[in-house]
Amino acid sequence: MSDDPGTSGDGASDNDASDSDAGDGTSDTGSSGSPTLPAGVTYRERSGKSGPCLATRGTPVYGEPSDGDWRLWDARRSKVAAMYEKGIDLGLAGNEKVLYLGAASGTTASHVADFSRVVYAVEFAARPTRDLVGVADDRENLFPLLADARTPETYAHVVEPVDVITQDVATRGQARVALANRRFLRDDGRLILAVKARSEDVTTDPADVFEAVLADLREGYEVLDTARLEPFHADHLGVVARPR
Amino acid sequence: MTEKTTDGEGGWFEGLERGDLEGAREAIENRSAESPADWPAQAVEAGFATDEGDYYDALHEATVPTAREAAAEREQSDDQQLIHSIRAMDDATRTANELAERVAEWAGSRFDRSETGIPGARAVAAREPENPADERLVGLAARVVALDEEASDLREFVERAAGEVAPNLTTLGGPVLAARLIALAGGLKTLARKPSGTLQVLGAEEALFAHLRGRAPSPKHGIIYTHEYVRDTAREHRGSAARALAGKLTIAARIDYYSGDRRPNLERELDARIERIRARSDP
Ligand SMILES: C[S@@+](CC[C@H](N)C(=O)[O-])C[C@H]1O[C@@H](n2cnc3c(N)ncnc32)[C@H](O)[C@@H]1O
Repeated sequence: MSDDPGTSGDGASDNDASDSDAGDGTSDTGSSGSPTLPAGVTYRERSGKSGPCLATRGTPVYGEPSDGDWRLWDARRSKVAAMYEKGIDLGLAGNEKVLYLGAASGTTASHVADFSRVVYAVEFAARPTRDLVGVADDRENLFPLLADARTPETYAHVVEPVDVITQDVATRGQARVALANRRFLRDDGRLILAVKARSEDVTTDPADVFEAVLADLREGYEVLDTARLEPFHADHLGVVARPR
Repeated sequence: MTEKTTDGEGGWFEGLERGDLEGAREAIENRSAESPADWPAQAVEAGFATDEGDYYDALHEATVPTAREAAAEREQSDDQQLIHSIRAMDDATRTANELAERVAEWAGSRFDRSETGIPGARAVAAREPENPADERLVGLAARVVALDEEASDLREFVERAAGEVAPNLTTLGGPVLAARLIALAGGLKTLARKPSGTLQVLGAEEALFAHLRGRAPSPKHGIIYTHEYVRDTAREHRGSAARALAGKLTIAARIDYYSGDRRPNLERELDARIERIRARSDP
């Protein structure tokens, strides 16, 4: 992650004024132009920076720069933000119910919680869960669960059917995790998946790894759009899919 | 499981009194269901919550402490796994070396030139046995090699696990020293509660007892002697260096236990301290 698309956050906080709320984003972004942003997500201009940055509204979490109520949502720190920057339409309107698999310390989950109705955040490592709990303390719609995403039955008595699954587990068997959790997704729901090639296989070419993962994924999902997440995240593929 | 309801059926809240956080934790952690259901609606129907918003309040109130406590317990047990693995690493290394000596001695009676230590055992293991005695010798050598490999695997595991259990302590002391300190203290929690003067002499218990019985000077360092900041500091400054290192390691252990944040400043501060100590002209 040495690429710097010109957004190193420090100190570039306030007085960027520009009140445009609409996500018009002066798109220098990827494939399909500017995706529609959910309510509660916007682009903010930042003084002295080359382009606008995604932002959500909520209590700051990890020292991210803010602009009034808005916390900047840095694509280099979040694969979901990177998907927007790459022009994928995630099909989110805002206020969705979300199951987040691989929440880690809650960096991305906190932003998703800012614009969602509720977020069930599953993480199986103890240390990041400690931070995740701290983030959930301040967010009453974020429910942390210390659980293994490969065994959905261990949290299906807590998690309700959702509109969106976001998955960023970065371990081997990423397609299997998505398939196992399909039971949580409403028929018209969306899977937003970040696939890390190196988690599956460090020796094979990432493009081949992605193809294999997508092939497995198609057993239960229809893939709607994909994009490589460079330069924000090396060897990652962003995927949007719906259950079939 | 205290309740015998719900395997594969109801929601976590079933049969619970509102506000029974212990029961909630038990239910969240131990129950299961094959598939999700509209739990908010069911909770309202069951009278557990007045409406969806109220249900989410209850869910938040239940999931946050559950995840917090479960994570803390898991971390606790992670430090015990680290302790077992560093002890096993030491045992495997020591035993491999001991057996390698036996192999070398035996091999000396069979072949003219033979190396000693693990490389010697490796050479013997690669030979074709020519008689039943050779078979045993080569077999033993192969065990030595395998044990040495297990020791390396254990070291790799320790190096990874130490950073997860105690990131700041590991940054300052390196994974092996971090693991040894945790093992000597019996856990990260007990290490975090020790004053820095105690951490400084952990591993020098024998010297410390001798000192207490009036038979020796007080030890200036225990296992932290293995850190380059003590070992490679001139003898006359070693006591100060050990004190400075122990001070920072103590702070690191406390941050690791109580907050888990990473504090890169600690390392810079320690580097600067040691530089100043080493630059002093007088002891
Ligand atoms: C790349 S990190 C996620 C970062 C996070 N999504 C963010 O942007 O803030 C991947 C996380 O998935 C977790 N993870 C991996 N396998 C998992 C599993 N089977 N169940 C739950 N969590 C898992 C890891 O512990 C790690 O914290």
